[in-house]
Amino acid sequence: MDMNEIKDIFFQECEEQLAELESGLLRINDGDTDPETVNAVFRAVHSIKGGAGAFGLDDLVAFAHVFETTLDCVRSNKIQATPELLKVMLKSADVLADLTAAARDGVSVDPSRTSTLVKELDAFAKGTPLPASAPAAEPVVAAAPAAAAPAPTDESGFQPVPFSFEGFDDEDAAAEPPQQDADGRSVFTVRFKPRSDLYAKGNEAVLLLRDLARVGDLQVICETEDLPAIDQLDPEGAYFSWLIRVETDKDEEAIRHVFEFAEWDCLIEVTPGADEELFSVHSDSGEDLPMAPVPFDLSMLDEEPAVPAEEATPSNVVELAKPAAAVQEPAAAAEAPMAAPNLPRAEKAIAAEAEKKEAAVAAVPAAPQTIRVDLDRVDRLINLVGELVINQAMLAQSVVENETGGSSAINLGLEELQQLTREIQDSVMAIRAQPVKPVFQRMGRIVREIADMTGKSVRLVTEGENTEVDKTVIDKLAEPLTHMIRNAVDHGLETPEKRAALGKNPEGVLRLTAKHRSGRIVIEIADDGAGINRERVRAKAIENGLIAPDQNLSDEEIDNLIFHPGFSTAEKLSDISGRGVGMDVVKRSIQQLGGRISIASKPGKGSVFTMSLPLTLAVLDGMVVTVANQTLVVPLTAIVETLQPEKADIHAFGPSQRLIAIRDTFCPLVDVGHILNFRPDLANPIDGVALLVESEGGGQRALMVDAIQGQRQVVIKSLEANYTNVPGIAAATILGDGRVALILDVDAVVTASRGQALSSEMTLSATG
Amino acid sequence: MSAPGNDMRELIAFTSGGQEFCVDVTAVREIRGWTPATPLPHSPGYVRGVINLRGVVLPVMDMALRLGMKQTDPDQRHVIIVIQTGSQLIGLMVDSVSDILAVPVADIQQPPDIGHHMDRDFVQGIIPIDDRMVSLIQLSALFGFLESEAA
Repeated sequence: MDMNEIKDIFFQECEEQLAELESGLLRINDGDTDPETVNAVFRAVHSIKGGAGAFGLDDLVAFAHVFETTLDCVRSNKIQATPELLKVMLKSADVLADLTAAARDGVSVDPSRTSTLVKELDAFAKGTPLPASAPAAEPVVAAAPAAAAPAPTDESGFQPVPFSFEGFDDEDAAAEPPQQDADGRSVFTVRFKPRSDLYAKGNEAVLLLRDLARVGDLQVICETEDLPAIDQLDPEGAYFSWLIRVETDKDEEAIRHVFEFAEWDCLIEVTPGADEELFSVHSDSGEDLPMAPVPFDLSMLDEEPAVPAEEATPSNVVELAKPAAAVQEPAAAAEAPMAAPNLPRAEKAIAAEAEKKEAAVAAVPAAPQTIRVDLDRVDRLINLVGELVINQAMLAQSVVENETGGSSAINLGLEELQQLTREIQDSVMAIRAQPVKPVFQRMGRIVREIADMTGKSVRLVTEGENTEVDKTVIDKLAEPLTHMIRNAVDHGLETPEKRAALGKNPEGVLRLTAKHRSGRIVIEIADDGAGINRERVRAKAIENGLIAPDQNLSDEEIDNLIFHPGFSTAEKLSDISGRGVGMDVVKRSIQQLGGRISIASKPGKGSVFTMSLPLTLAVLDGMVVTVANQTLVVPLTAIVETLQPEKADIHAFGPSQRLIAIRDTFCPLVDVGHILNFRPDLANPIDGVALLVESEGGGQRALMVDAIQGQRQVVIKSLEANYTNVPGIAAATILGDGRVALILDVDAVVTASRGQALSSEMTLSATG
Repeated sequence: MSAPGNDMRELIAFTSGGQEFCVDVTAVREIRGWTPATPLPHSPGYVRGVINLRGVVLPVMDMALRLGMKQTDPDQRHVIIVIQTGSQLIGLMVDSVSDILAVPVADIQQPPDIGHHMDRDFVQGIIPIDDRMVSLIQLSALFGFLESEAA
């Protein structure tokens, strides 16, 4: 693994940390007071800083450091997490994300952005009324009375004073060693109490103690008071803590540095000075030490038949855990908690057991395990499975054609193969399925930026962030979503003043929801703003010549005008949504994903944009039909019902239109073969089958095909990969006979049937 | 024939509409037999449709018609030359593949200016081989209509 690969991993992790950071800040913003949330946020920034430092990314380190300092003040309750502070912190998170991206891409970020925030963060950090050294703010000092105790045995006569290490900055810590003996060496007391997380992460106390031994001379006391009775002992728990006297020529920072990567998983207190009496008692030979008896229930032995009774006497147990061992040999002390569950076993077994335990501990993280896989590999697998599905279908077909159908063994095998391929396909698709959370989180930032620019106050509420959908869909979702969010804030929501005047909460609410509905993912963007101004939309549409001035339109039709190409209602072109990209582009990109979009608006109450997208872009449930001797696939999601037209149901309408009576309504009949130019004349409807489809415009059409072959899940193959976009055709697939079949683009066909030609001239002129 | 050096070009020669053409061998991915293509609606006439090339949807072009000659009525004997152009694969339906040529660059002559669009647009050069004449096809011109769409 070379440096670049490591760096790549770092940036990948940064992305995760940034997401964690943002979601944590948002939780705090929503009133989460759990200290663990603050810790998580702090950790995220700290990790980024740490990694950035390792790669020499100075800008990133500098900013992360300031951010971290302020966060630390919040963590230690020195300053309150006020909404103002959180606003600055969220902005800082955005800037941190930018800096990370800039570092990754090797570009630089406008320094003015960071410097303003640095000042603001600093102001918050220093704005605390509590002086940094005030004892009240230093629970650490209070918790370690040893530090405050005079050290009478000190030859220099130096009197230690109660001292706050929090007052230290990195720089002046070294300048003023708190306690020095004759050799100019300082003495510290370190209390080190690991939490079980420390072991779970594969860290080990012994290694830390060993590292600490490099800083100075150690005297170690292992505290075993917390060790429970063995039947109550959690084998993965952490029960021991260590009291360590460090005599060193280095400063406190050096000691803390040892625990740098473990500090969240353990309790670390470093206090200057030491209770020499305590340590002098312990520094005697191990044999005479007062032993801390370990509670032990003999009945436990019954469950350990392999252990000889005499080996499992309490004294034996105590010997393993006695503090003296810890003083003499830090390694043994560190292994003790690991070996604790195996106390009844023979001493010799400890080392091996500890090793085993270590492995087990490392392998039991709380979160589900994940691996990072290159997307290309997953895609190759998906393609191969697609081939497998096609091949299986071809095989099945040739068996049918060769009339070996009589052999039940072959049929049975084929059926099983079919089931297996289907299962493999589903599992492979599941690999690509990802929660929409990252995209939703990105929207939080968009909302903040737009709200800032427009001076509006907006709260983004997200729901269903864990709804999963294929990664390609997620990737392509961000852009239309960004645009719609911008629109919703810029056009949808009113200014705070206006909202207040209307009796609404000055803070607008934008609700972003994702959910699964009948094999598709439905994403809603709802605002509680003014709703669509239909009069203005109508006026604008007339002005732009989209509709005739006297045209009668339903409210829904007016609302849908905003999806019309080139439509923008913003009276003044704003910087935000007036970039020449209209809702028509949003609609088109959604459609390209095989999705639909619609709007529902209530004046004064707000608008809801609803997008419905396929869960995957790789397979599709389709109805296989015949049109003019060609095989076509119609997406099943578009089909409402199929019907066999009777002669009496067909009514001519105008020169070339025909309507079909379905129950009480008349629905335009669309000859697919004619529209696609497969045949010059209209086919006789009663010879074929009509598929009633619902198109995006909301209208229903009856698509006429010659015959229905059946329903099938098909693998979607892009036509654009090797050719160009074909009007009326969404994509292609490969059928069981190995031939390519085209997948009908229902919306395009319906649009074409409205009179807009689906002609080759259009395509050719587009191709220039 | 000697191995091609810097001043040699290796070409695949084929016949289409009774005439002989060639393309650079590096552009050819494979040569396969004709299989019936699925027609694409609203496509230029020379696009015969798409076929399944081991899971890839491959558009197939009638070479003769593309060059302004008569439409081919394909049967089993016709072959498809699979050409790679950029990231795209396109099939050229031709009568038959005749030869692999190694031609000194100096032997490639400028096509005569006779104003027919085939020569002007599609033929890069003319190569005399014994008493035959082989036209070197300018592939980018052949697929020009695809590239502008991709942009």
